[in-house]
Amino acid sequence: MPGVLAEGSGFDTIKHWVNVLCQPHWFMIIAVVLLIVFLVGYRKVTKPVIAGPLAAFATLAFLASCFDPNFILIVKKADNVPIVMMIVSMTFFIWLSFRQAAINDERMENGQPLLEAGADDKVLVWPDLVYIELIALVLFTAFLIVWAILLRAPLEQPADPNVAPNPAKAPWYFLGLQEMLVYFDPWLAGVVFPGLIVVGLIAIPYMDKNPRGNGYYTFKERPFAISTFMFGFVILWSVLIVFGTFLRGPNWNFFGPYEFWDHNQPAALLNREPRDLFWIEMLNRPIPGNYLLRELPGILLLGGYFILGPAVLYVLFFRKLCRQVGMLRYGMMAFLLLTMLLMPIKMVLRWSLNLHYVVAITEWFLNV
Amino acid sequence: MLARITNWVREGQIWGSVFRHGIPRDRRTRAMAILSNVFLHLHPVAVRKSGIRLSFTWCMGGLTFFLFLVEIITGVLLMFYYRPTVEYAYFDIEGLRAHVTLGLQRELHRWGAHAMIITIWLHMLRVFLTGSYKPPREFNWSVGVILLVLTMLLSFTGYLLPWDQLAMWAITVGSNMARATPLVGYEGPGAAFIQIGGVPLVHSGSDARFGLLAGTFVGPNALLRFYVLHCVFIPLVVTVLLAVHFWRVRKDGGISGPL
Ligand code: HEM
Repeated sequence: MPGVLAEGSGFDTIKHWVNVLCQPHWFMIIAVVLLIVFLVGYRKVTKPVIAGPLAAFATLAFLASCFDPNFILIVKKADNVPIVMMIVSMTFFIWLSFRQAAINDERMENGQPLLEAGADDKVLVWPDLVYIELIALVLFTAFLIVWAILLRAPLEQPADPNVAPNPAKAPWYFLGLQEMLVYFDPWLAGVVFPGLIVVGLIAIPYMDKNPRGNGYYTFKERPFAISTFMFGFVILWSVLIVFGTFLRGPNWNFFGPYEFWDHNQPAALLNREPRDLFWIEMLNRPIPGNYLLRELPGILLLGGYFILGPAVLYVLFFRKLCRQVGMLRYGMMAFLLLTMLLMPIKMVLRWSLNLHYVVAITEWFLNV
Repeated sequence: MLARITNWVREGQIWGSVFRHGIPRDRRTRAMAILSNVFLHLHPVAVRKSGIRLSFTWCMGGLTFFLFLVEIITGVLLMFYYRPTVEYAYFDIEGLRAHVTLGLQRELHRWGAHAMIITIWLHMLRVFLTGSYKPPREFNWSVGVILLVLTMLLSFTGYLLPWDQLAMWAITVGSNMARATPLVGYEGPGAAFIQIGGVPLVHSGSDARFGLLAGTFVGPNALLRFYVLHCVFIPLVVTVLLAVHFWRVRKDGGISGPL
C-alpha cells in the first residue's frame, strides 16, 4: 500500500498539484474564499449532510498523505502533533458554533425560542455542574496520560550557541508572528503587531456596541463583528501558523507538503523597493539623496491609507455604525481594522510586485 | 454493609467537622455543599440550565483551568530533578528520561502546556461567538486577554528550560524580536535618537532584549531568569488573575445566556 501511494503516477500528479496549491499565495486565496463561502452559506454548509462528508474526505486525505515520506516527516515531529490537534479541534468547534448559530437564526426568524432559551431555569451546581466537571476531568486526564505514554517529549542535542539549526523556528504558537517576518520587519511583526493584537482584543467589548447576540450563538445579528474576528483568528493567525510549521523549511523557503526540504535552495531575494518603482521606473530619474524625499511616495501612500482610510470606509460602509458608537470608538476601530488589513495588502504587493518595503528609511530602522 | 460503613463515617465527628453540611440530598444541603467549600464556592450555587450544556461552553474554560493545575503538579515534580544552570540543565532532563521510574511528568507537562494553548484559544473563540464579552462582562474579557498573554509567556519561558538546541534557538528567534522594539531596542526605530551628547543610551548592552535575557545572547543568565519567571512569577500572577476571573464570572451573573 505505501508503495502504491508513494509511486503511483496518479497520486504523484495529485501531490504535485497540492504542492502547487499550497504555495502561500494560492493557499491564502483559497483559505479566504473558503472562509467567505462558509460565512455566507453557513446555514447550508454546516448541515451534517454536507459537513459530514467533507470531514470524512479531509480525514481520508490526511491519512493518505501520511504515506508520503516528506509529509509524515513533518507531521510526526513531536512538537507538531499538537498543531494537528489544534486544526482538528478548531474546525470542529467552528462547525459546532456555526451550526448552533444557523439553528438559532432560523428559530428567531420563525419566532421560536432559542437553543439557549429559558434563561431563568436554574439548576443547582451540586450535582449538575460538579458532576460534568468531574467527568470532564477524568476523561481529559486519561487522554493526557495516553498522549504522554505514546509520544515522548523531544530532547535534541545540548544547546550550542555556535551551531544554528536551519530553519530555526520559534515555538509553534508564535509561528504566525514569525511568518509575518517574511512580510514585515521585526519591529512590526515582532513588537507592534503583537502589541496591537492584545490591545485590539481588549478593546473589542468597548468598541462593539451592538446589544444583540449577547449570550447565545448567532451570526445574523452580528455579521460584521464575527466575520472580522474569524478573519483574524482563522486567516491571519491559524493559517499563518500552518505556513510556519508545515510549509517553511531551510532558509525559511517555502516547501509543499510533499516536497523534500532541500537545504541548498538559496533564500528568496527581494529587491523591489518603492523608491525604485517610483523614481526609476515611473519617473525615469535618479533616486534623491535625501531620505525623506526619497521615501516620499511611500510615506504619502501610507499616510493616506491611515488618514483617508477611515473616511473612505465611513462613506462606503460605516455611516450607521459610526452614528451608533460615536467618533472616538469608530476612529479606534477603523485604525485597528486598517492595521489588520496591512497584512493581506502587503502579502498581495509582495506576490504581485515582489515589493520589499513600502517605506524604507533604513537609516532609522524604520521600514514598513 | 458498605452503606452502613459509609453512613457511620458520614455521621461521625471527623467527617462532620470537615464537611459542615449533611449529605447533599436536598436543595438546602446541596447549596451548602457549594457554599461551605472554599474550592467549590468558586461556583455560584445555581446556574442557568443552558449555560452548562456541553455544546454551549464546551467546558473549555474549565479544561484550561484543569490543565493549569496539571502544569502546577507536574511542574513541581519536574523541579525535584532540575537545576537551572548551563552545566546541569540538559543532563538533568536527560537523566530524568533515562532513570526516573514512572517519569511521565515531563511528557505530561509539555503536552499539557500545548493542550492549554489550544483550549485557551478555543475558550476565547467560544466566548466571542456567544457574544459573552458584551456588558456586563467586558472587564472579564479583558482579564481573559491578559491571561491569554500570560499563558503564552508561560509556555515560551518554559520552552527554554531543557536547554537543548530546539529550546535555545526557538528562544533566540523569539527574543531577537525585542531588539527591534521601537525606541528601547537597539535595532528599533528611533533608538538612535535617544542619546546624550552623541553617546547612545540604547545599545546592545542596555536595550529591551538585554533586559529580557540579562545578556546579549541566550546564556546562563537568561536560563536563570526564564526559570524564575516560569516557575514563580508568572504562575503567581496567573493565579491571582484566575481568582479575579472566576469571581467575576459569578459576579457578572454567571455563565451568559439570552436575557
Ligand atoms: C488561564 C486561562 C483561562 C481560564 C482558566 C478561564 C476559565 C474560565 C471559566 C472556567 C469560565 C466559565 C465558563 C466557561 O467555562 O466557559 C470562564 C468564563 C469566561 N472567560 Fe475565561 N478563562 C481563561 C481565559 C480567558 C480568555 C483568554 C478570555 C477572553 C479573551 C476569557 C474570557 C472569559 C469570559 C468573558 C467569560 C464569561 C463567559 C460567560 O459568562 O459566558 N477567559 N473562564
